[in-house]
Amino acid sequence: MSQTAHTLSAEGLAIERHWHELAARRRLYTALIVGALAIALGSSLWFANESNAGKFLDRLPHFFDFAGDMLPRDGWEMWRALFDLPSPYFDGSLKYDYPEGRVYLFGSGFYVPEYFYKMLETLNIAALSTLIGFIFGFLLCFLAAKNLVASRLLRFVVRRYMEILRAFPEIVIAGFFAAVLSLGAIPAIFAVGIHTIGALGKLFYEVVENADMKAEEGLRAVGANWFERVGFAIVPQVMPNFMSYALLRFEINVRASTIIGAVGGGGIGEELRLSIGRGHEAKTLAIILLLFTTIVAVDQLSAWLRAKLVGAQSFDFGR
Amino acid sequence: MTLLSAAQLSEIESRYPDVFHQPLLKRSLPLLIVLGTLLYVAYCWWFFAIGTVIAGGQWDRAEIYARQWYSYDLRPTIRFSGDDAKVTWPRFSPLGDNPNPDWLVQDGRKVTVDFGSAGRIVADAKLVEIEHRGEKLTVVVEPTGAKPQGELPAWATLREDEVKADFGFAGEVRIMPERVSLSRRFLGWPNFLFDPRSPFWGKPLTEVAGLIVSGDRIKPEMSNAALAFDNIWNNSQWQHGDVWTKLLQTIVMAFVGTLFASFVALPLAFIAARNITPSFLANQATKRFFDFLRSVDMLIWALFFTRAFGPGPLAGISAIFFTDTGTLGKVYSETLENIDDKQREGVRSVGASPVVVQRYGVAPQVLPVFLSQALYFWESNTRSATIIGAVGAGGIGLKLWEAMRTNSNWSNVAYMVLLILIVVFIFDNISNALRRRLMEGSAGR
Repeated sequence: MSQTAHTLSAEGLAIERHWHELAARRRLYTALIVGALAIALGSSLWFANESNAGKFLDRLPHFFDFAGDMLPRDGWEMWRALFDLPSPYFDGSLKYDYPEGRVYLFGSGFYVPEYFYKMLETLNIAALSTLIGFIFGFLLCFLAAKNLVASRLLRFVVRRYMEILRAFPEIVIAGFFAAVLSLGAIPAIFAVGIHTIGALGKLFYEVVENADMKAEEGLRAVGANWFERVGFAIVPQVMPNFMSYALLRFEINVRASTIIGAVGGGGIGEELRLSIGRGHEAKTLAIILLLFTTIVAVDQLSAWLRAKLVGAQSFDFGR
Repeated sequence: MTLLSAAQLSEIESRYPDVFHQPLLKRSLPLLIVLGTLLYVAYCWWFFAIGTVIAGGQWDRAEIYARQWYSYDLRPTIRFSGDDAKVTWPRFSPLGDNPNPDWLVQDGRKVTVDFGSAGRIVADAKLVEIEHRGEKLTVVVEPTGAKPQGELPAWATLREDEVKADFGFAGEVRIMPERVSLSRRFLGWPNFLFDPRSPFWGKPLTEVAGLIVSGDRIKPEMSNAALAFDNIWNNSQWQHGDVWTKLLQTIVMAFVGTLFASFVALPLAFIAARNITPSFLANQATKRFFDFLRSVDMLIWALFFTRAFGPGPLAGISAIFFTDTGTLGKVYSETLENIDDKQREGVRSVGASPVVVQRYGVAPQVLPVFLSQALYFWESNTRSATIIGAVGAGGIGLKLWEAMRTNSNWSNVAYMVLLILIVVFIFDNISNALRRRLMEGSAGR
């Protein structure tokens, strides 16, 4: 650097000095941000550790004890728990009563293992709530799009409404409906569904706002009314993106309905919480395996479908 | 404007066969999708027994619970024994130990309760007169039960020995032999700052401010300001201190979890990106590791760490950290694989070392995107941290769940929901503003 500086003209030197000043200020800002972040992180960690039931350093040595407790008595136990086969360790306790949970269909010859049935329940919760979200999000999104609705007030109202639906804690909706309808899958469907309306509605109206308006203009020119313009010009364009977002949402909803299940919404989440809480290691492993496989399968299937629907765009999220 | 002739029409039709003569399957696809969806809904209707559950729901309770979000009721009971009438209040009434509201007046044996514009009742041991929006009903109380005189209006019901009059929002009256139990409802959240045990309770805000600024010490060991703060913080009904601590836990969980996740995901993403690390094995191993972290659901991590660390925010932080390392790692490595290779080539061509190539050839392109993605996940984790809290992983979730389970604390639920909405709204805006600036900055580069 210093050798080149000698050969610079007066203007060049001024520019270089200015650059050094800017760089120094930038470094100062970076240092300040990093410092603030470090302080925030440090105090957050201290606070988290203080308000936790067990302290991090005290619990850490026992961390793997717990992981060890999760090992079943033999390698086949997990599979017996998964398929509801009788266990050789059965002693009358809940821990090994795998065949108890069988769900018999068509008389007594054919059964669905308990956890598969519960998984199906969770998947149905996710699918039905995605459907609810899709239908209402679809109906609302056109009213929030700048290029279709001229009234600022209407757009503002619809957008805020969707924002509230999105930000309202799912657990409260579930809790409220659980108080009215009693615990079970339906409060979970309401909760996840209502959240999905807001989430999908937002993504949908952004798609609509990016739609090509030429077709709409053509229809407007021949005197089509608002519904005809939306139905024939916008919907065919945006439908693939809508479907793609709905699939992405389905992936998220499978996880969400598992979590809602764990706080009383039924399905596999509840089974998992109970079996971890009671220390039933084989059951826990069976559920985790089933849940893991299902989530991977749903993700893969939906990624494949989305790639078919809209191509590489489907992976563009979080930006 | 000219009309198309038949010949022109058929000419257009033959020019665009793929528009006018689509295969049957393609034409009927929307219909099939709609039919399939309807079938699926019918199946779900049966699977969850939705019809039975909704019909069996206690929808009248829904209205009561919804009211409790923004109002509260007071439940005095009037007991008659001999010539004496006695008004009793439940313990921990929001009106304190000696309630004497102006809507309930006792004059000897006669008690008058005013329900505002909805009406009023006058209770005398053997005779209760109800006035409901101008309509009058007299109920004679006999040892065998309450007997309404004349025809029962729509707002009153008789069940066994009990007459119930419904004043809508304003409350209700239940007349039984020996006693009349009342419920009188008011808008608002009672005792939001000070509970009845506090010396500041019931005083107007100006007086409280005066006491804090220049009053004599109420308790000699602490100043009035400290006492007021302590009373608010430990308010027995609203539990401000606990609620705010739990809310802070939720915020901290999302913040620390996302921050750690992005720190760990960053170097791993460089290993996972196939254009940065040219080793198939390393790429695949890292990517499958990300998939594993992501697919073992946040719930499983939360339950697992709650067992390991005990309930509290440490479990929540760890759960968010594990899940998001997977998600952010996947997103980061995809971003890295889509970078423009020219800058790297330029830096490499002047003989820079591999680390310097990443620093000046790759980082300037991806860092704004990375930061923006981290911010997005920080914001969305603030929301999901609420719910994993309910399984014991710390934060406000569990508190919410407990408040809802008792079915009587809906105003506390409303308070917490309001706080959560405000926090989510603020973070949403901060994150959006920062992200917009980041993206504009990187687009202009």
